[in-house]
Amino acid sequence: MNRFALPIALFALLVVVLAIGIKHSPEKGIIASPLIGKPAPQFSLPSLTDGARTVSSTSLRGRWYLLNVWGSWCGTCREEHGMLLEVRQSGLVPLIGLDWKDDDAQALSWLQQLGNPYEVVAVDREGRTAIDWGVYAAPESFLVNPQGIVVYKCMGELTHEIWEREILPRLPKQQTAKS
Amino acid sequence: MTRTVVAAASVQRGAPRKSLVACLLPLAAVLLGAAAYAIDPTELPDPVLQQRYLALTHELRCVQCQNEAIADSPAGIASDLRREVRDMLLAGKSDDDVRNFMLARYGDFVLFRPRFAPKTAWVWLTPGILLLIGAFVAWRIVRARTALVPLDNEPLEEDFRR
Repeated sequence: MNRFALPIALFALLVVVLAIGIKHSPEKGIIASPLIGKPAPQFSLPSLTDGARTVSSTSLRGRWYLLNVWGSWCGTCREEHGMLLEVRQSGLVPLIGLDWKDDDAQALSWLQQLGNPYEVVAVDREGRTAIDWGVYAAPESFLVNPQGIVVYKCMGELTHEIWEREILPRLPKQQTAKS
Repeated sequence: MTRTVVAAASVQRGAPRKSLVACLLPLAAVLLGAAAYAIDPTELPDPVLQQRYLALTHELRCVQCQNEAIADSPAGIASDLRREVRDMLLAGKSDDDVRNFMLARYGDFVLFRPRFAPKTAWVWLTPGILLLIGAFVAWRIVRARTALVPLDNEPLEEDFRR
């Protein structure tokens, strides 16, 4: 009996370790953002639709917004676009676009063809603001509260499921009541 | 073009050595080509800075391709992160400044050599703990075996006499 105690204990430990690994396997490759619970990075970038205007983080203070990182070169962004239009339609939270390392003309024609879900689109041609936000693969969406704190990050496509499960419950009650 | 070279060489049965060389040539061309096509052409003016730049870019993980260092990755984000490292070094920032910059944005995962923090402690401590467990098990086995060895050899000699 005692002879088997140690191997069985080690085997049980191995099972636990592997089970944890399997449970977390859907998150494989996803880097948890260290930004959650921290102030959103400062930025000041030109607007895509109006070159004379600048979009800055300070002008976004005082209300909820969903910053969506996209690019006309990004295939998943095209799949996500319909959902973004629905978000705009719902009027629950304004979408702020961050056009990441893109060609302005192509980005504009993208919005013209597919519809513009964004309240305003900031242009990050160099990708420096994206790095400040810890972006590494578009699309990514950040939910920011009126205090300017990042409360949630959606890595990859924003789906109905993520909208219902992660974003809606985080928005204040009076805003969700409008729907 | 390489295909015709290999085909011609295999026809030429009389000269096996020559055909071997002909077969290896395309391979050599590919290998040398890979070496010539450097992913990161950055050259910093100061050799000390260049050295630090190389060390840092090899120590930082490409967040998109994840098993490559940013020094080795052709991904767009890797080249953007190399640019950040280069600019920070040129601006006189320390290696730790660069590491902390990356940590603040991408978390512990970006460092191939993780720092010792509450969240990463297990990465550092597990090997030591496993070693201790192994040493304990080995010690138990050795002790059990030594207990089996008779103190004198008399029973063995008796066996021989029989």
